[in-house]
Amino acid sequence: MEHVVSLTDRLASIGGRRSSAGRGHIRVDGVAITFGSGRKAHHAVMETSLDIKPGEFVCILGPSGCGKSTLLSSIAGYVRPSSGEVIVDNVPVRGPGPERGMVFQQYSLFPWKTIRENIVFGPKVAGRPKAELEAIGATFLEMVGLAKFAQSYPAELSGGMQQRVGIARALANSPSVLLMDEPFGALDAQTRLMMQESLLEIWSAFGITVVFVTHDVDEAIFLADRIVIMSASPGSVIADLKVTLPRPRSQDMATTDAFMELKRACHERIRAESLKAFAQQSQ
Amino acid sequence: MQDALKHKVAYAGPASVSVEPASAATPPAAPSPPRAHPGAREETRETRAGGRPPGIGAARTGLNAVTAWFQAKAYGLVVGTIGLALGLGLWQVLSVNKVNAFINFSNVPRPGLVFEAFVKQAFNPVFYVHIEVSVLRIAAGFLTAAVIGIALGTLMGRSKFGAALFAPYIEIMRPIPAVAWIPLAILMWPTDEASIAFITFLGALFPIVINTMQGVEQTPAVLVRAAKSLGASPLQIFWNVILPAALPSIVTGLAVGMGVSWFSLLAGEIISGQYGIGYFTWNAYSLVDYPDIIVGMLVTGALGTLSTALVRLAAHPFLKWQRRAR
Repeated sequence: MEHVVSLTDRLASIGGRRSSAGRGHIRVDGVAITFGSGRKAHHAVMETSLDIKPGEFVCILGPSGCGKSTLLSSIAGYVRPSSGEVIVDNVPVRGPGPERGMVFQQYSLFPWKTIRENIVFGPKVAGRPKAELEAIGATFLEMVGLAKFAQSYPAELSGGMQQRVGIARALANSPSVLLMDEPFGALDAQTRLMMQESLLEIWSAFGITVVFVTHDVDEAIFLADRIVIMSASPGSVIADLKVTLPRPRSQDMATTDAFMELKRACHERIRAESLKAFAQQSQ
Repeated sequence: MQDALKHKVAYAGPASVSVEPASAATPPAAPSPPRAHPGAREETRETRAGGRPPGIGAARTGLNAVTAWFQAKAYGLVVGTIGLALGLGLWQVLSVNKVNAFINFSNVPRPGLVFEAFVKQAFNPVFYVHIEVSVLRIAAGFLTAAVIGIALGTLMGRSKFGAALFAPYIEIMRPIPAVAWIPLAILMWPTDEASIAFITFLGALFPIVINTMQGVEQTPAVLVRAAKSLGASPLQIFWNVILPAALPSIVTGLAVGMGVSWFSLLAGEIISGQYGIGYFTWNAYSLVDYPDIIVGMLVTGALGTLSTALVRLAAHPFLKWQRRAR
């Protein structure tokens, strides 16, 4: 963990543009997202408002098809809300942008670019000088422990390693917000736990705002400051829970009473909603 | 074709959704399964990349690689040679005995005569003029087709408007054989040279357009999204994402297009012109010089194979990522 912190100092020295402190304030203001129109209209997300503080780690938790990824896409700028708007650091979101880094579930690395080329892609298209790209590449490769694989191609790496590159690629672009769409969903359980720990280390070093979409209750509790629970069809927020577990967190907290209590609370809300949805479907 | 399939499959690896059922026989290049243990982070890191950290690949070249190449090719070489020998033997028997059973072999020269004719032509400077003229026509027609075909295919693959606008032309014109174009080409173009190059161009164009379009359409959407969120402009997305994603498909289109441009060229040269390997072949028929007909045909085949191989070779460095993914 210490080497991550010292890395942050080095990151700060790269052009002095790493001060994410105070940046990354997300306001989701009455966002509703409807696909199609008329009788075929599908309400993916009902009117939702959220205020996410700079540096906060928020998990959006819900069953598949509850619109949590769609909500995230609207923050990322891939989906235009049908009404309402998303405002990041006082600027309304009009489309995808480099200040909002995105990590996808899987296979989002450019297969024809080496690991290093993937990581420096953002700074490169932004026209950063070569020396800076070198420094960014080296630093972030070290951060995710993949310096040895700088010249490898994504397909030569395991799923967990690829996701670490995905995170490094997003962070190398010095965003103020990191948006993660079930990034560990395709990984096996052990790799997943390891990735969660690495993510928390990186997050605490960067002080960046993270919005993390998951359907895994344990994952949400372990990672988040705050859990936003969504229910399915139509997608809407049914609970907004604070996670008061101390940091730094470790996996053995999963057996503490506080953790269990939170888990029970989450499950209760989700079960109530699932039953409701189930009843609706079987009518 | 086998190669083309392999390209498609390996490419479809990252986006396994788009794997066609036909290509399912070869498993897509999936990343090696993670073998990590939380407690053994440092050790596992070294071994996790499927036992293929960079550097090892380079060390394996040399003698090992040469041996491996021969082992891999030996079967094909042996069987191929036997097959060719049998074919030649059959040709010899049929032509020497002047077999005339529905198909008439009495005017087909035997292999030895063709070989003699070939050696004679190999020392004839005019023969090389024929080859040179044909190669230049191919170069002009094919390169024009490559530029226009890739541009048009990309446009059609990326834009609904482009696809809707050009699809009828492609669909209607694609089945028209090169020979059918010859009268109109002669009427439209100022010189014979231009009309032959035009026919060669048309032959290569359609495979290139269609394959480029497919490759571009199959670009995984998540990669375009990723590039957008990293701040890439549409032009940067084209160069860094769409073009490389479509490249395996484009190369297939270029290779197929190269073959088609050769037989289009031959059609053009038979009808008009004073030089070219097609003219040479047809002229041999007019002069009742039968061995030269076959020399012309075989040289055409060799040139076509060679130029297709050149296309693949030129693309080789850009597809390194696919080979490393195995």
